[in-house]
Amino acid sequence: MFYREAGEFKSSYTEDSQTFPIALDRYGYYAVLAAAIGIVPFLVNDYWANAVLVPFLVWSMAALGLNILTGYCGQISLGTGGFMAVGAYACYKLMTAFPWLNIVFCIILAGLITAVVGILFGLPSLRIKGFYLAVATLAAQFFLVWLFNKVPWFYNYSASGQINAPERTLLGIPITGANTEPWTQYLVCVLFVVAFAWIARNLTRGALGRSWMAIRDMDIAAEIIGVNPLKAKLSAFAVSSFYVGVAGALFFSVYLGAVEVTEAFGINQSFLVLFMIIIGGLGSVLGSFIGAAFLVLMPVLLKNILVGGFNWETSIATHFEFLIIGGLIIFFLIVEPHGIAQLWRIIKEKLRLWPFPHGH
Amino acid sequence: MKLKTAAIAATLLSFAAPAALADLVVPWLSYRTGPYSPGGIPLADGFTDYFTLLNERDGGIGGVPVRILDCETGYNTQKGVECYEATKGEGALVYSPLSTGITYQLIPKATADDIPVHSMGYGRTAAADGTIFSHVFNFPAHYWDGASIAVKHILNLNNGDISGKKIGLVYHNSAYGKEPIRTLQELSAKHGYELMLVPVDHPGQEQKSQWLEIRREQPDYLLMWGWGVMNAVAIQEAANIRFPLENFIGIWWSGSENDVLPAGERSHGYKALALHGTGSDYPLFDDIKTYVHDTGKAAGAGDNLGTVLYNRAVYGGVLIAESIRKAQEIHGVGDITPAMMRDGLENLVITEEIMARNGLPNFGPSFEVTCENHGGPGIAMVQQWDANTGEWSIISDMIQSDKEVIDALVKEDSAAYAAENNIESRC
Repeated sequence: MFYREAGEFKSSYTEDSQTFPIALDRYGYYAVLAAAIGIVPFLVNDYWANAVLVPFLVWSMAALGLNILTGYCGQISLGTGGFMAVGAYACYKLMTAFPWLNIVFCIILAGLITAVVGILFGLPSLRIKGFYLAVATLAAQFFLVWLFNKVPWFYNYSASGQINAPERTLLGIPITGANTEPWTQYLVCVLFVVAFAWIARNLTRGALGRSWMAIRDMDIAAEIIGVNPLKAKLSAFAVSSFYVGVAGALFFSVYLGAVEVTEAFGINQSFLVLFMIIIGGLGSVLGSFIGAAFLVLMPVLLKNILVGGFNWETSIATHFEFLIIGGLIIFFLIVEPHGIAQLWRIIKEKLRLWPFPHGH
Repeated sequence: MKLKTAAIAATLLSFAAPAALADLVVPWLSYRTGPYSPGGIPLADGFTDYFTLLNERDGGIGGVPVRILDCETGYNTQKGVECYEATKGEGALVYSPLSTGITYQLIPKATADDIPVHSMGYGRTAAADGTIFSHVFNFPAHYWDGASIAVKHILNLNNGDISGKKIGLVYHNSAYGKEPIRTLQELSAKHGYELMLVPVDHPGQEQKSQWLEIRREQPDYLLMWGWGVMNAVAIQEAANIRFPLENFIGIWWSGSENDVLPAGERSHGYKALALHGTGSDYPLFDDIKTYVHDTGKAAGAGDNLGTVLYNRAVYGGVLIAESIRKAQEIHGVGDITPAMMRDGLENLVITEEIMARNGLPNFGPSFEVTCENHGGPGIAMVQQWDANTGEWSIISDMIQSDKEVIDALVKEDSAAYAAENNIESRC
């Protein structure tokens, strides 16, 4: 009823297997995309860019990355913060060592460097599984943070160990540094995220993605049907780390402009991203976005409601934020253990069948 | 879709409250929650109480009421940025980030937005060089002053000769804790002591291995750059390994009641640097009691009056209020803008007379801020904890830092910042 699908016929396999087979969904997607790229940049101000949209996009990118590894390939990782740090520090070193290099290439190269590091730390996944792998990636997390703290070369010997993003421009417009306009910050992030989400979606329904999912569902069976576990696992680590590295580079250069490794990329961030994909939905591109929105935007929203709307004391509001978010996480996991993305899938099914309670 | 609704609701709410007519908006990035709240709570109470007093007693500053914008950061950089963006639109005059990490974030942002930052005794030390950092002020003293003053105190104890001694630095492994290292290295070359570095990771609750190392290495003196729960844990651990606490000297952020009380009697003798006087025996605090506490307008639980960090925030409030007065005087208007506030901070003159007029005689140093020097005189004292009476007492005169060493380091670091960001010298 809500979805009017009468008259929609698919006459080719390509049409039938597209990402949004229902016309209404497809138009909705195009509308959101057009609004995100064509309208929002004209409306966005400093607050919206720095406190809401850019962090949401950066964390979505990180969640997408981890979802490839954990959601699609079934390898649990607690090293996301560390890999984001690799992306950020690689980006910083590239920016300062090669000032003439365009920032976009710096960010992509930082992703590639992170991919290499990811493969290195992914090697143990060939021998160990599950919780044991989680512990191995936890080691990566601590090792990487320690490394960036310990070796002054990574932060160009600055007195405080902070890294600061110098101003870099794209087509003459600054996109890092203090003089960046909010719309450029936003637009750079949104373009990166849209492109990477599109790639992720297409990777995961191609041969590579299917080999990841085969490994996830049962690795022995996957091997028997001819999936090479070495190739599948390491490619998942590489692609995932590439995404996480790009997220780290954006986090440092476009979003914050100055970071300190212990605080910005600590173990908390690893857990944050893991919670995002668990709450949003494992093995779902949409879920990565929903999870990031839930954990990044919900605190901001609650703070605005409690402090801005009800004039509560800031400390009480903060404690209530923890309470409410914790409660909501438990609520959503009980209502739908497969994440909010699954909830959305069910709602959509119902809407398609409405007003009839049973389909087919 | 859900995201959109949430986002729309967020804007509506955050922009719903229109700014009151004419008021002086002073944001305060507080942290009353998390592992740094032992420091954040008294600071927030002191600052808020002081401006409540000005509003209640004097009707604001120059006849214009002051509005404190409290925004909770939890000492977290990302939340600090969010707070900055959320509050700057309300006409914020000057930011007190209360965190070195957040200060680093705000230095370029606030400079671009033409809003001054007063990072009093914290933040980026090189910001003392006003020729490069036009909008950042860290008077009356900064970390490198602190490092030098602590070393001078040790020199005084040893009749000016500390060659061959071993001095350890227990520090919060962050931008904050790493700040003094360069100065201490430079001073170790000058005075011939050996420097031992002992980093403690956030939040600092676990320090067993660090103190094992200290027990093995047996340094003669220990300095500490700690914050939040880290301070209290370190003092307890020092007492556990029977380190002589009179040889343990904290920076001014590691010397509050909350840091020494958990160790009880064993914390007797612990020293810390002091930017200002201790206790509540000043006329200003009587006024705060009469106008704020007794009328039920106190911030928080109202139990921090006269504690070290409460006094710190009151002192910060006095310096900001004096800067507002200065700005009003220069520009001849009551309702000043952030740009005028910057001029006020840059031309601030603090004399003993002004301090006495504010009800704080012999509380802090006299100094003048200039275009070149945003860092103040670099003077501090040493205070020592008496566990029997439960009081801090000042045990030294005002100690002047070794400007010869520090100024060169400041110039070097600010020149590096200027080169990185293409900033021309202003003055």
